[in-house]
Amino acid sequence: MTALISLSGINKTYASYHALRDVSLDIGAGEFFSLLGPSGCGKTTLLRTIAGFETPETGHLRIDGRDMLRVPANKRPTNMVFQSYAIFPHLSVAENVGFGLRRSGDNRAEKAARIDEALGMVGLSGYGDRAAHALSGGQRQRVALARALILKPKVLLLDEPLSALDKKMREQMQSELRRLQRQVGITFVLVTHDQEEALIMSDRIAVMFEGAIAQVDTPQGIYRAPRSQQVAAFIGMMNFLPGTVRSDGGQLLADIAGLGTIPLPGDLAATARLGAAQFGLRPESLSIMFGSDPLPTGLFSDGTVAERAYYGDMTYYDIDLPGGASPVTCSMKNLLSRPVLEPGSAVRVAWEPGALSLFQDV
Amino acid sequence: MRGLRVYTLVYLLFLYAPILLLPVFAFNASTVIAFPLAGFTTEWFTELATIPALHTAVLTSLKIAGVVAVVSTLLGICAARAAARYRFPGKAGIMGLIMLPLILPEIIVAVALLVVFLQVGLPLTSLTVILGHVLICTPFCVAILNGAFQSLDPALEEAAVDLGETGWGAFRLIILPLVMPGIIASLLIAFTISMDEFIVAFFVSGSDATLPVYLWGQLRFPQRLPAVMALGTILVAASVLLLTLAELARRRGVRRRGGQDTGGFL
Repeated sequence: MTALISLSGINKTYASYHALRDVSLDIGAGEFFSLLGPSGCGKTTLLRTIAGFETPETGHLRIDGRDMLRVPANKRPTNMVFQSYAIFPHLSVAENVGFGLRRSGDNRAEKAARIDEALGMVGLSGYGDRAAHALSGGQRQRVALARALILKPKVLLLDEPLSALDKKMREQMQSELRRLQRQVGITFVLVTHDQEEALIMSDRIAVMFEGAIAQVDTPQGIYRAPRSQQVAAFIGMMNFLPGTVRSDGGQLLADIAGLGTIPLPGDLAATARLGAAQFGLRPESLSIMFGSDPLPTGLFSDGTVAERAYYGDMTYYDIDLPGGASPVTCSMKNLLSRPVLEPGSAVRVAWEPGALSLFQDV
Repeated sequence: MRGLRVYTLVYLLFLYAPILLLPVFAFNASTVIAFPLAGFTTEWFTELATIPALHTAVLTSLKIAGVVAVVSTLLGICAARAAARYRFPGKAGIMGLIMLPLILPEIIVAVALLVVFLQVGLPLTSLTVILGHVLICTPFCVAILNGAFQSLDPALEEAAVDLGETGWGAFRLIILPLVMPGIIASLLIAFTISMDEFIVAFFVSGSDATLPVYLWGQLRFPQRLPAVMALGTILVAASVLLLTLAELARRRGVRRRGGQDTGGFL
């Protein structure tokens, strides 16, 4: 992978806090890359640094091999979709979309053709004459996209573009953004606080906390192998079970509260240290055994349903395990053959040791 | 509820009755300002056309008001833009000082200005009135323009820059059209205030009497009183017209931005 955007050693401080801490990151050409983190983690500051709206105190930013930090925002090969969309309210849809062409030197007919093409790309053909302030939220978003893409930037920056939309519209725009990105082949950098959105849309994700990058990986990599407890807790749901790693006759054993003692799985053993640890287990790696299901593989524990949350397609059960510190959450698909269990029901839980994560944060 | 309605009526009557008397006596065919009315006449309006000193005063006032409207609106744009867009040390204090003339007793301002002009050696002319009026009008302009600038999404300007415009281009193409209704409202209000202002003009106008100063002078001559009433009627009508235009411009601006009307200056 050749890096299109290359950030190194970026630091940015505001009067009272450190917004970016030594951020280094490579984003490849044609990637759909997400900056994911809770609000205030610096992801928007990082995006605005790439766009040229923030100037870091230290570090380097290269786009396509060119040093960018001294290049003003209006000369950078990036375009941005703002969180508020920033549609110019006094201009028509076509004037909004064509705004960036003012300095292109195209003649009137060429501009009109490019505007039509851009509007068609976002599914707004024929909307050119509408007044921009009369558009719905979803339409504004499309206008903002068309306006940014018409200049064929090397990088499209998206600052929480879907956060203002309702759930249905958001899901539709997620797949549409994905399709658009494949179609135009431009590098997309998306800022979002919604981990689900990042998982669905991205080729790679950078998870950020407190101005620093905690992990960069593919969605599967981040979900399956979170490098820290903080990342694991932020992405999806994870049960954290206290325990210890100890050695018995040359073999590493794990004592896990509620689940018992097991030989430490091979991939964890490579990096494990002796002593206290937190074990992580995703809810889908635990399953309640229903009589009608075929016998699952893995290990078994007996427990009691403490609480349940019914989601329609799934039910999430909190299960008390004897010796466990707190209930573990387990997600079950609601098959017709499975009754929805009430709190208090005695259950047998099967779980996969291979799905365990091990955190020994210092 | 009934009591409140009566209260409102009495309140409005108290506010506007004196002003309503202006046209009544302006059209009254008697030089004595008193009831009962003598009959209908437009004589006082035609008399206005025959007084050269009045014409000079009107022209002086129009000239002064025009310059004051432009200068204080320009100053207002700079202040409102700075307040909306930038953060700098002492910002709250500076904005407070700009707004201070709003609440300072005008007579104090007028005396202070007179002292300063005399000390500096500036002759009392239209220029000194303009300086005084700019001081008084600028806070009103800042208040109006602040509303216009504050309601703009800062991302609008960034979006224009992101799409290749320079800072000045973004201001000219995006910010200026969007605050234009505010600018028009500011021009009209500053113009109206300057036209009507008496105290500062009285102190610093020297020989270039403005219309209010001229009117004040005419009150010494009882036979001129009906003509003053006629002039007052015209001024009230013009003021109402200008302020209505200003408010319409502001509302149009709110609608054009598709925003919520949060109540304007009027």
